[in-house]
Amino acid sequence: MIRQEFSRVDPKRRAILDHRQKQFAAPAFQNVEYKHRLNFYATPPTADITLEQFEQWAIDRLRVLAELEACSFRNKSPAETATHMKPLLDKYLPLSSSTSGSTALQAERQKDHYSHFILRLAFASTEDLRRRFSRVESMLFRLRFQADDARERMAFVEGLNLDWETVGDEERREFAEELRAAGGGYPKRIEEESYFKVDWERVPELVESRRVFLKAGKAYVPGREQLSMVVAEFTSRLDKALELTSRALPRLDEDDRLTPILTHLSQNFTTPDANYSSSTTALPGADISARNIDTLSSSFPLCMQNLHRSLRRDAHLKHYGRLQYTLFLKGIGLNLEECLVFWRSSFSKITDDTFNKEYRYNVRHVYGDVGGDSNRRGGGYNPFSCQKILTEHPPGPGEAHGCPYRHFSVDNLTALLQNVGVKDQEVLRGVKEDKEKMKFHLACNRVFEYAHKQEIKKVRDDGTWGAAQLETIVHPNEYFKRSYLLKNLGKNPVEPEGDVKMEG
Amino acid sequence: MPHSVSPANSGTPNQVQDDMVVEPQPQAENAEAQTTGSTENQVVVNTEPENGNTQGDDVADQDMAMEDVGVQGEKVLESAVKEESKSEVKLEDLFADVESDEEFPSSTALNVKPSSPPEAPSSPVHVGPASKPSDSDVMRSFYQRLFPWRHLFQWLNHSPTPSTDFGHREFAFTLQNDAYLRYQSFPTSDLLRKDVLRLMPSRFEIGPVYTTNPRDRKTLRKSSAFKPLAKEICFDIDLTDYDDIRTCCDKANICNKCWQFITMAVKVIDVALRDDFGFKHILWVYSGRRGAHAWVCDKKARFLDDQKRRAIAGYLEVIKGGAQSGKRVNVKRPLHPHVARSLEVLKSHFQTDILHDQDPWETDEKFDRLLQLLPDKNLNEALRKKWSSAPGRASTSKWADIDALAKSGASKTLDAKALLEAKQDIVLEYTYPRLDIEVSKHLNHLLKSPFVVHPGTGRVCVPINTKDLEGFDPLEVPTVTELLGEIDEWTPPEGEKEGKAVQDWEKTSLKPYVEYFRSFVVALMKDEKDVKVKRERDENVADAMEF
Repeated sequence: MIRQEFSRVDPKRRAILDHRQKQFAAPAFQNVEYKHRLNFYATPPTADITLEQFEQWAIDRLRVLAELEACSFRNKSPAETATHMKPLLDKYLPLSSSTSGSTALQAERQKDHYSHFILRLAFASTEDLRRRFSRVESMLFRLRFQADDARERMAFVEGLNLDWETVGDEERREFAEELRAAGGGYPKRIEEESYFKVDWERVPELVESRRVFLKAGKAYVPGREQLSMVVAEFTSRLDKALELTSRALPRLDEDDRLTPILTHLSQNFTTPDANYSSSTTALPGADISARNIDTLSSSFPLCMQNLHRSLRRDAHLKHYGRLQYTLFLKGIGLNLEECLVFWRSSFSKITDDTFNKEYRYNVRHVYGDVGGDSNRRGGGYNPFSCQKILTEHPPGPGEAHGCPYRHFSVDNLTALLQNVGVKDQEVLRGVKEDKEKMKFHLACNRVFEYAHKQEIKKVRDDGTWGAAQLETIVHPNEYFKRSYLLKNLGKNPVEPEGDVKMEG
Repeated sequence: MPHSVSPANSGTPNQVQDDMVVEPQPQAENAEAQTTGSTENQVVVNTEPENGNTQGDDVADQDMAMEDVGVQGEKVLESAVKEESKSEVKLEDLFADVESDEEFPSSTALNVKPSSPPEAPSSPVHVGPASKPSDSDVMRSFYQRLFPWRHLFQWLNHSPTPSTDFGHREFAFTLQNDAYLRYQSFPTSDLLRKDVLRLMPSRFEIGPVYTTNPRDRKTLRKSSAFKPLAKEICFDIDLTDYDDIRTCCDKANICNKCWQFITMAVKVIDVALRDDFGFKHILWVYSGRRGAHAWVCDKKARFLDDQKRRAIAGYLEVIKGGAQSGKRVNVKRPLHPHVARSLEVLKSHFQTDILHDQDPWETDEKFDRLLQLLPDKNLNEALRKKWSSAPGRASTSKWADIDALAKSGASKTLDAKALLEAKQDIVLEYTYPRLDIEVSKHLNHLLKSPFVVHPGTGRVCVPINTKDLEGFDPLEVPTVTELLGEIDEWTPPEGEKEGKAVQDWEKTSLKPYVEYFRSFVVALMKDEKDVKVKRERDENVADAMEF
């Protein structure tokens, strides 16, 4: 018996622990040394971190990913996305280059590494989440790869051991003409560019747009197109790894510490929010106070104007209406005290006692003044984006929240628009068509453009606002901010330059 | 499986019938026992009760089969006897092809197969000149006597031994009543042939190989387990896409002049697939009326996913947009090697086939189109003046005028480079292949099988030999009625030994096409086999290294 088994053991594999003993062996944990700024996330982390770190790191990464996804929804160009993301990345997921000599180098890279794997756990459960996660992670990787120092990038790619065949000098000279033509005339001198030779199946998007030279099934990829190959490799590896993670997930066998955090994370990801925080959206010089809300409401988007009107008419709003409106007010910069004053005075039919008992806590909770640890630390909730308003909790009877363009009938919508001063037949017809085509954003932006026709023309003409500041609005708070800035063009000393920016 | 009927017993109908009755087949077993088309003596032999679920259109036949279960044997015998008494020769015809479909034919045995006895040629096919190609008699004779079933099988199976490459392949039949039967599959070519003879489809299409047998797709617990795995990459070129630039014919009509568009397209696509993508086994097939299909059969090609198919399609697509979208060619400069090479190939065709034969800018409205594509306003004005004053000036001269006027300095603002590029774009717009790109993009797209008959023209969808591409004339492609006539007219060559087997297709003008197809299939199978052997050897080497 024993002899027989012995003879079967592969002599080369003797050193490897028998699989039956393996599970009892103490794992050889060690802190990973991060040589490169970029990471293919091939090895899972093994060191201990606190639960607090576990959650915080994941949330930080999630913020970055959500914003990145929002950028792609808004069709931002890669350059715009890069500038937009830079402050966020610096704040939440900084990654210094190896040459920067930063003392936090290893810590930064560790956070990046660990947060990636935490989110992998959170987003491996369903096909849909996996696909989105791999998409945004690839976007993040691409962004960082492009920002990386050329030499470090080279070192990183070499460290990956991808089996790319380098095209020799002779071959490169032989096909110089074709290579240059495929590259759109670049490089001027063939010696300036290095080429890899791979099976064309590995670079389908380069083939599709005829950006590489093909010969006998091999694609000659110029060094500058390395990016798309590395990203493709990254994505395919991540997809495979996520698939494996999802299979391992049921065996995680852990439900009171990590699982709630993971579920929470994945739920948050389902609705990407353009995050606002009161500090960065503040409009200096604007009087944002409880008694001024009536005046300001003319700059509100239709959903908020509708809530405001309902509140004034009924002296009450139901739960989701209060939530949507409070968050919006928080987003425009109304502080907690003023907000409490606002609600107290608005709910004029109830006593102080009832207000304190039934409503006060909710408002404070939204602001992060009370509630659980994470709620307080995170400063409460974020204002709802259009997507969230459009897709979640459609209003029921007696409720005034939601998006009028979506949740109102055409007749009611037209009546509401006329009430708030949109009387132009052209615009109303346009809104009706948009609504029929389910293009609610377009309708809202159409009304915005109509209401600010002259101002928009002015800033366009004198060039003070670029295209980035006039792009499609996808957040009620952005609507207000832009509207406010446009209406106070002369009075406002503030340059609108960077402050239409969103930050979490 | 006792599929083959040895030549010894092919002459005795009883034995044949017995053989078929006892055959334990998973598929519908429908012995053909009638040739005249009258329904009384049609007998469906059915040993497999559950085949009803796969043949929806055949309820009547099924019912009949069920009733007959008890007396099946008798009936079969009876009808067979009836058959015999009616016309002895016909019955032999029936099984003439069966013999050739040996179970495991070796590739060397391909051309020395036993065929119908020498008397067979004298059998009248009863096809008068008035017979329409869609008549079921005609179609039956065609499928029985001429269709190269075994080559088709080997082509899709990639080896002589039946495998899932063929067994899990989807076939779709278009029946005579225009009903469309999808998800048909057959373990062997014999069963495919039998079902085709039973249903008499006016044509049938070939789809992908699936992960499981397409007939079992509904019995799977998870519907996601039924997925297309592999299919040849296909390209479809149709002359209707050229209607805005061809002047000789329109719609479904074609002539030799406009066939040149297909010739050009085949040249350009074929060389790109071979040189750039490294594919070797590309079969071009005449679509039966006004187009051509390409089947790229390399193993690597068959297993590409949709994204990669899209990549190839995008790589080959140069003409974009519809008739209303103005300039349809927008290629980067310098020209990508593929576009540059294509331009080189197409230039000469442009001179002869387009300018001379098509004469696309003959009239005023037509040369407006040309002027739209030229960049320089002043030059255009000069050209317009010149051409309007000389109505009917040939396109060749007009094309030459562009350069002549440009040189004479008719325009001071002329940008010579832009003009040259515009001229290149025009050449491409008028000659570059116009692909029906959707066919190529998807793994699970169905495409008409080679060698079926086009129901409208009666022409057989024959393969096109790219070596003699210029010599291919679509109007010379034999029609099914002509072919059947040729069988009748055939006489054994002088001095030929009695009893020398001659296949029906060898007696007709279909012969060169079948032979070309056969050599294509043999080469394909050889490559597939080599890969297998090589892999095994590699594994052995690896094993040897371990110890």
